[in-house]
Amino acid sequence: MRNLFRWLVRNPFTLMGVIVVLLWTVGAITAHWIAPYDPLAQNVSNRLQAPNAEHIWGTDQLGRDIYSRVLYGGRISLPAGLIAVFFATVIGSLIGATAGYAGGLWDELLMRLTEIFMAFPTIILAMAISAALGPSIVNAMIALVVVSWPSYARIMRGLVISEKVHEYVVASHAMGASHLRILLRAILPNCLSSIIVVATLDFGNAILLFAGLSFLGLGPEPASPEWGRMVSTGIDFFDQWWMSIFPGLAMFTVVMAFNFIGDGIRDLADPHTAKR
Amino acid sequence: MPIYLYILRRVLFAIPVLLGITLVAFVISNAVPADPMLANLGQRSISNPTIVENFRREWGLDQPAPVQYVVYLSNLLRGNLGMSIKSRRPVLEDLQAYFPATIELATSSIVLALVVGVGAGVISAVWRNHPIDFVARFISLIGVSAPVFWLAIIFLVIFYSRLGWAPGPGRLDVRLSPPPYYTGFYTIDSALAGQWNTFWNAVGHLVLPSLVLASYSTGVITRVTRSAMLEVLSQDYVRTARSKGLRERAVILTHAFSNARLPIVTIIGLSYSTLLTGAVLTETIFAWPGIGRYVFRASTSLDFPAIMGSSLVIAFVFVVMNLLVDVLYYLLDPRIRAA
Repeated sequence: MRNLFRWLVRNPFTLMGVIVVLLWTVGAITAHWIAPYDPLAQNVSNRLQAPNAEHIWGTDQLGRDIYSRVLYGGRISLPAGLIAVFFATVIGSLIGATAGYAGGLWDELLMRLTEIFMAFPTIILAMAISAALGPSIVNAMIALVVVSWPSYARIMRGLVISEKVHEYVVASHAMGASHLRILLRAILPNCLSSIIVVATLDFGNAILLFAGLSFLGLGPEPASPEWGRMVSTGIDFFDQWWMSIFPGLAMFTVVMAFNFIGDGIRDLADPHTAKR
Repeated sequence: MPIYLYILRRVLFAIPVLLGITLVAFVISNAVPADPMLANLGQRSISNPTIVENFRREWGLDQPAPVQYVVYLSNLLRGNLGMSIKSRRPVLEDLQAYFPATIELATSSIVLALVVGVGAGVISAVWRNHPIDFVARFISLIGVSAPVFWLAIIFLVIFYSRLGWAPGPGRLDVRLSPPPYYTGFYTIDSALAGQWNTFWNAVGHLVLPSLVLASYSTGVITRVTRSAMLEVLSQDYVRTARSKGLRERAVILTHAFSNARLPIVTIIGLSYSTLLTGAVLTETIFAWPGIGRYVFRASTSLDFPAIMGSSLVIAFVFVVMNLLVDVLYYLLDPRIRAA
């Protein structure tokens, strides 16, 4: 724990990322205490107010407080992105690693399957899936997993293929290690840092895609304070820039913070690059 | 393996993928919506028995599902993607009208992303931890972190609404008429016709949407290039190259970069998907009459044939892209040639 703290102090960008994520997470968890207004309470006489002392980030077309809505929005976007990326990483890595290690027919089969899914444009496949299952937060997350696993499979396969020709793999093979052991103990640890960087990068991607689905009306229900949904509502109110700028800023800072953390984890997991 | 055999092999392997794509599209468009008739014909046409009967016969809906799939495939092969409910035209015609605008935008974006991304990535890796590295990393982080539609709004508010530097939405100013049709690319068509006024106007209209659309890909390409270069630069053979007295330029460009190319090629192939994903949102905001905006409108009006038709066509483009990446791999990596 103390080592982690010392490491964070030496990596100011990562530290900043951790702080930003913590702030938004705490903000989301404690929203019902710290938000000044009810995120759903309409007050039409206060509609479209520019940021002022009472509403620090202004109000929307129904007079709802933007700041309160953005705080509550973290309760939707943050867990949705995290859970979707976790499942996509696990599923994709397993498929890609076995394909790359086994090679041959199994590889061809899995990679064709991957290509079929990758061939569909992400947002359109996600749209079709959420439309088919019916618009809801969970279904949007399922759509995210279905469209994200193939890139992990492909990257993991490439990593495993380039890793398995190394001498240490041949050596452990010669020492009689089983395929499962070689894959899990020798090869995968060397591929982990790359896949974690991709996953942290993809976390942002997931939040952005989730927002894109909301934009198309395929995420949470219309009134719910979801960041992407708020930005798209703001598009119709071009002169009231605060309606879309602040929820967008929330997304932007969270995604950026996770990217900082991803960089830090990469350096930590791969001391080879960190020491230079 | 000689290259023509390799390409032939790849093309043969692409066929099951293409079939798989049509199968997925078939399942989604026929099994998934509660009422496929309503989804494909729309509210108004379904009350007309003649239209319903014709539709049933055209797509073999009175036959069992496997036969329906064969009918669906043969319709596809004849270019029949169904009728758009909204425009009441064949989806293929709609796509032909909208696709050039998207390709023009996507091409200028990928060129931008490639030049800036690879350049910044290499520089950033070579000058690791130099202020220039931090600037490049910071800008690439903004690129990968900012939601496309959010950037679009900011750019429009600043450069169009407030400063007036950039032209507004659309492909041309309203006062100009489109150039004569050769390729569907306004820049190329106007240059071919010698209408330089239109040409510069079209270029001006491309700038903001291309910047917005390229932002994400540029960020990703910078990051991947940087980490691939760092990986390679730490290898022993690079140290050998340096210690035998090669100029730094030769070490970086010839020795290091050639081996960093594979991950970069992969990410560029992947970027194309992000580009088309971004196009749905970018084109909607910039009123760009491309396939992304077409899909968006189709999705808001539940125009199912248009959604599935467009995704099929884009999916086919993807397969071709993947094929190109595989061929590039072959050309770049001697180990694949040996295998």
